Order: sequence, then C-alpha cells, then structure tokens
Amino acid sequence: MIRFIVRRLLQMVGVVVILSLLVFAWLKALPGGTVSALLGERATPERRAALEKALGLDQPIYVQYWEFVKRAVRGEFGASTGVQPGTDAFDVFLTRFPATIELAVCALVLAIVLGIPLGYLAARRRASLFDNTSIVFSLIGIAVPVFFLAFLLKYWFAVKLQWLPVSGRQDPGIDATRVTGFFVLDGLLTREFDASWDALKHLILPSLALATIPFAVIFRITRASVLEVLDEDYVRTAESKGLTNRIIRGRHVLRNALLPVVTTIGLQTGGLLVGAVLTERVFSWGGLGDALAIAFQRRDYAVLQVCILMAAVTYVVINLLVDIAYAVIDPRVRTR
Amino acid sequence: MKYTRKAAPAAVAALALTLTACAQSDREDGGDAGSGGGDVKDTITFGAAGAPELFDPYYATDGETFRVTRQMMEGLVGIKPGTAEIQPELAESWEPSADGKTWTFKLRQGVKFWDGEPFNAEAVCYNFERMSDQNEVAQGGPAGYWADVMGGFKSDGAAALYQGCEATDESTAVIKISRSTSKFPTALSLDSFSMQSPKALKEGDANNVTKQGDGFGYPAYAKNPVGTGPYKLDKYDEGNKTVTLVRNDDYWGEKAKTAKLVFKIIPDESTRRQELEAGSIDGYDLPNPADWGGLEQAGNQVLIRPAFNIMYVGLNPKKNPKLKDLKVRQALYYALNREQLVKTQLPEGAKVATQFMPDTVSGFNKDLQPYAYDKAKAQQLLKEAGAEGMTLQFAYPSEVSRPYMPDPQKIYEALRADLEAVGIKVQVVTAPWNGGYLDTVDNGGYDAWLLGWTGDYDSPDNFIGTFFGNLKANDFQTSVTSYGAQLSKDLEAADAIVDEAERAAAYEKVNQQIMEQDLPGLAISHSPPALVVSEKVKGLTPSPLTAETFSSVTVEK
Repeated sequence: MIRFIVRRLLQMVGVVVILSLLVFAWLKALPGGTVSALLGERATPERRAALEKALGLDQPIYVQYWEFVKRAVRGEFGASTGVQPGTDAFDVFLTRFPATIELAVCALVLAIVLGIPLGYLAARRRASLFDNTSIVFSLIGIAVPVFFLAFLLKYWFAVKLQWLPVSGRQDPGIDATRVTGFFVLDGLLTREFDASWDALKHLILPSLALATIPFAVIFRITRASVLEVLDEDYVRTAESKGLTNRIIRGRHVLRNALLPVVTTIGLQTGGLLVGAVLTERVFSWGGLGDALAIAFQRRDYAVLQVCILMAAVTYVVINLLVDIAYAVIDPRVRTR
Repeated sequence: MKYTRKAAPAAVAALALTLTACAQSDREDGGDAGSGGGDVKDTITFGAAGAPELFDPYYATDGETFRVTRQMMEGLVGIKPGTAEIQPELAESWEPSADGKTWTFKLRQGVKFWDGEPFNAEAVCYNFERMSDQNEVAQGGPAGYWADVMGGFKSDGAAALYQGCEATDESTAVIKISRSTSKFPTALSLDSFSMQSPKALKEGDANNVTKQGDGFGYPAYAKNPVGTGPYKLDKYDEGNKTVTLVRNDDYWGEKAKTAKLVFKIIPDESTRRQELEAGSIDGYDLPNPADWGGLEQAGNQVLIRPAFNIMYVGLNPKKNPKLKDLKVRQALYYALNREQLVKTQLPEGAKVATQFMPDTVSGFNKDLQPYAYDKAKAQQLLKEAGAEGMTLQFAYPSEVSRPYMPDPQKIYEALRADLEAVGIKVQVVTAPWNGGYLDTVDNGGYDAWLLGWTGDYDSPDNFIGTFFGNLKANDFQTSVTSYGAQLSKDLEAADAIVDEAERAAAYEKVNQQIMEQDLPGLAISHSPPALVVSEKVKGLTPSPLTAETFSSVTVEK
C-alpha cells in the first residue's frame, strides 16, 4: 500500500513538471498580457517597453521559464499582478483555498446526504412516483445553469424573504477573528459563535447552487448501481438464507453498490475543490474560482499558473484518496 | 480498523480542544461602535466592483484603489466636489513664478498625520523627493502616474519635469519644474500624489519595490499607509473581500459624519444590485445603464456623474494610406449617425462629441458644431477622393466595458452599419481587451479602431495632448501626416502658457484646428457613468473624476 502511494506521489511530481511547462508555454503564447492589463488605455509604446523590461518580459521565453523554475523550487511563484497585487501567487492560493474547501465540502455533504439515500430509495421503489419525481428533479439539477439558479435562490431567499445573505462569506460588521481561514471553524475555535453562525448562513445558498450537479450525478449513479446489485445472485441468496433486511441492505447491497459512487464522488470533489468559477463569482465568494476569473481577466499569469498547477495536484491527491477508499470498501482491491 | 474508527472521533475532539486553547478571540467585547446618533447608521457599506490593489496610492493607477485611498489621503491640491476644478486642500494657496517654473505653496497649518507626525513644508518636500527618487523596477511600472505626469524620475536629471522642492519655512514649500505646463498644479490633485507621513514612509521602507517573477513585490508600508484624511485604514480582510475604514478623530477639517466605512467587493453587477435590494449595502458603483430606470423606480437614487471622457474611432493613415486624405476622413465622419447612436446605445445624459474632450475640461471650444449625419455628403466626399467602395479594417474590443463604451460590440455594429451604408467595405476585426486588442492598437495594427479615454485631471493636455502630442509614438500615427508635426508643436506651445485664460484660448484654437483641418480621428461621444445609492443615503456628491468622498455621507436607519 505504501509503495503504491509513494509511486503515485512520484507520478504527481512528473505531472506537475510537464504541466508547468505546458501552462507556461500556453500563457506566453496568448496574445496581449500583463502589460496591457496593467496599463490599459494609458499604454504607449514607451511605457510598454519600460514595463516589459521591468518585468523581464523582454527576455527569451526559455530564459523566463528557467527563471520561473528556479523561483518555484525556492517556493516563490512570483507576485500577483491582478488578484492581490504584490502578494506571492502561492500566498494568494493559500488565502483563497480555505474558502473554496469550505464551500466544496458543504456542497458535497449536501449532495451526498441527499444523493445516496434518495438514489437508494428510488432504486428500491423503481418506477414509482417517487422514483420518477426524483429523476425529474435530478435532471433539472443538471440542466439549469448555475448562475440562473443562483440568481433565483438569491432573489427569493435573500432579497424577497431576507432569510439569508445575498453574497460574501461573512457580514463585515461582525469583525470576526481569523485563525484558519475556514470561517465556520474559526468562529468555533475562538468561541465567536455568532461569527460561525453568520458564516454558516452565508454558506447555505452558494452550497445549494453548487450542490445541484454533484447531487444529480451521485443520485443517478447510486440509483443505477443499486438497481444492478439488487439483481445479483448473492442478494437473492442472502434473501433466501433468511438474513434480515438490515444486513442485506447494509452489507450486501449498499456496500457493493457504493463502489462506482465513490469514484463519482472523488471526481466531483476534484472538480469542486479547484474552484467553481460561476458560483463563486455570483456569490462574491473569495475562493479559487473567483481568483481564476479575475486572474484571467487581468492576465495575472502568476496566479493562473499556481492555480492550474495546484488544481492538478488536487486532482492527483483526490484520485489517490479514492483509490485508498476503494481498498477500504472492497477487500478484493486490497489483496491485489 | 476497529481501533481506528473508535479513536478517530476522540482524536478530532482532542485536536479541536487544542486548537481552541491556542486560538483566541481578538475581538473587543461590547462592539457598539455607535456614535452616529439615533437616526443614522454608524456604518456606510458600499459595493465596489473590484479589490483595491494596494494602499499606497503612489504605486496605484486603478480606480478601485483610489476609491479607498481617497478617503484616507489628501494632496496639496484637492477637487471641488461635483466638478473637475481644483481647490485648496493641504495647500491653502499657490502661486507660480512669471516663467511658470517655480511654484510656491502655502500650507495649511495644524494638520497632523494619523501617526501624530506634523504635516509641514518638510513633509511635503520629503514626499516629492520620495516620489521622484524611485528604483529602476518602480520606474518601469508601479510609479505610473509620476512617469506619465513628470515624464521622468530623479535619475533622468533635467529631462524630468520635477526638479526639486525646498521648504523655505514651516508652512511654505517651493517646487521647481523644468518647464511651464498646464499640468501644474492640477495634476497634483491626482490621488497618487497624496501626502503621506514621512516617518511611516521611512519606517515602512516605502520605496522598496522589487521584481517578483512577472509581477512586483511591495514593501509592508503599502498595506499600512499613513495619511491625513478623514478616514484611516482599519483592515483589509482578503478572505472576506472587505475593506474597513474608521473615522480619523484627529482630522483637521470637518470630521467624517459616519464612524465606519466598509467597501464590500462584489465583482458581479447583478449581485451588487441584489445586495442593494436586500439592504445589505447602501450603494454601489457602475450600475448597468439598462438598470437605471428600474433602480430609480425601486426608490434608489441614481447619481449621474458629469461625463469626463471621450469615445473615439482612431484612424491609422500609416496602415491604410487612403486615410491620409482629409476628404476620406471627413466622409467617414459624415457617414456616422451619432445622434442615433447616443440615443440607442449609450446611457441617459450621453452627448455627441464636437471635439476630443468633454465640456468639463478647460480649453473646450463651445463654438464647434458636430459633424452632422449626412450620407450624401459622405458619398460625395468619397467620390471626390477617389475612394468609393474603399476597404476599411475596423476593430473593436471584446471582454471589456468602459464608462465611455458600455457595450463595445453593439456600438461597433451601429457604426459599421453606417459606414457600410455609404459603400465602405468594412473588414470586421475583434480581440479581447487584454488579449491583444490594446497591443495591436499601440503597434499600429488596425486601420480604424474603437477606443476612448477617461480624464485624470482637468487639463486639455490630459486629453488632446495624450492623443496627438507625442509625434514619435501616438496611436493616430500623425507622424506620417502633413499636419502631425505642426499639431504636436501647437499642443506643446499651448501647454507652456502660464496665464490660465490665455492658455484656454490657445487650446480652443487647437481644438478648432484639430476638428476642422486635421481630423486625426473621429470623436464620437461622451457618456456619463453613474453610481447608485439607496434613498436613505444623504450627502454624496457624484464627481466627474469618480472622486467621490464619503466623509459627508450619512445613512438613515
């Protein structure tokens, strides 16, 4: 097992190195860039040349890449120019990652807590009214664009009913103490429970909007998978042996049906953790998705590079965790 | 496995307890900041479209940064609310020498920076020396406004406009410049040239800008500046995207009416609107012109700023030699139905341009009449020039919205249809604003292009001087035209006139010459940007320079 993990982590290093080269080449190949973004209308050929020189952009590309690698090894990724100017891009990532994790975890918990039981129930009551209604809802979840859903949720729950806040992560008037960057957790740690409660209220609408797609996917995979397992011989055998329903459902049906669901959850988690651009934008959520959008708009290459590379790392790690989870659920994988 | 399962919750609980023990609330108890009286709120919350870049305005060039620093910092010269005109701020008065090269500023007395340091002539000279004496990295990029206005730094010697500052007594600072220019003293109203505490600048190593990868690293001072303004920085919560300012109780002038000022950063426009509707912010900037009516109907105040910008179609005679002929350029101008464009594509209050500057700038020539829409005349002129059916490569930017150009594509489509109606074959080109458009304009890659400008301060040089002044390198490539060299000289001569009235008259003449004889490009329109606040907000004056100050603002409960 340990060898397996080490090998995968080594692979990750390879992926990151190759990707860094590709991302670097891609960003440099894009027309325009940081200089235009910084100068805007006031760009003149002279100001452009001065700025390019100051930033070292007049150097050949391989020299620029070599500089980038040298810095990256030292843990410096270059200062952000658009998202948080002057701050090292990796620090920008670290400031923003907790926000994205907080939102992703919340959305994922919602999606799993609703998706698996509903998927299981829908399969057990196949073709019933409940089954059909759930399928329609999951389809709507996939089909409705997130920004539209977000707009509706904000309109009803924040503007009309005023039950929940429109956007942001916390009411600025609360003046909360920051410890980890996870606002809900911070409030608990510092015993500023009102801050936690407020952060939690801010989480509800964005997680609902963000959860719709993972929910729909998890629901459908669970349903399909449970249907398949219910038809298996061993389930019939277990039933004929006279085992209790609880044991049949828990040990035989759910455990086996969960394998594909775990893979799906893993993939969804990866997707959510690298930042949900649209959801974060419409909820002014200061996470990676919001940073990516600003970085692209303002051609903040340092932040784009770090975010893309860290997205790759996140995916590899999540995949690794999924494989480990497999081993825990399925003893056959462990012995292989 | 079973052991782990049982142990896990215990481990989590232990971890949480440890963390709880480590973490402590910094919050003061009894957080009633209320001092704003019974019927007004003690906090103003304003929705900004973007985050401030840093808090040392000297190294900033963007409006979101200045919106924040303007509340905290003041310059020698201020701006009269609601206008673009200058007025005394930290200097009570100023006087140029006869040759316009020596400026004597009489300073306001009894002013202190928040750190208790006195504001005096020495502080002024320290600030100017600090701004002039920049390292190579800062010169290349961050010190943008100084580079623009002063044309050079200390290391450039006599080539730079700023030549030195002398504190002749406690309250008199004398600034020397290398030539007489209309930029002085108006350009000193720029936020970048605000006065900051010498002690804090020194201690925070404020000039230590470094190159870090493809970006710039700033010293600690840039996060913790010290000025003289009615508000001071409380904190910038990057995780929560909010900037909080608190009242400076030792302010020399009338104290801020509301104790706390919060800028909440909300990039998405429809979210800003919903925040206002929900009452969680008191106002926001840049409402979509299409929403103005709806916002007003809902009881909000849409405050329209007088337009201080210009949208134009640039023409490049170097790329398309047909454009060297004045008749062709005039034909293009007559072909455009700008009245209709202004009515259908631009916000309420937008105007057809008669010259390359709005009427809020001194030197505006009010006798000039717009080139009226005249299709037959356009066709006639094209015929006379032998350019019937000419091809024009005409570009517009995507991924951008500017106050003078809310929706570039729609504006472009209208202009293009007009040009095609007189028989011009338009070659449509587009590129993202930061993704090649601006680069191509600067490299002279388009025949014609849609662009504009928002003024920084009240000086004609900031408009027509920027567009046509630099003969060697301006986007309009006037160096290949017959009039370019003369125009550049005339602009320089007008800029150097010391007497204000005489200077304004000279610029009026230049404006007439540009529009009637030279026509380097097509001045299209001026569009007023707006901001919106709830009906409970009182005392906010919209500024043509988007230089609103919040110290006089109250919000009813």
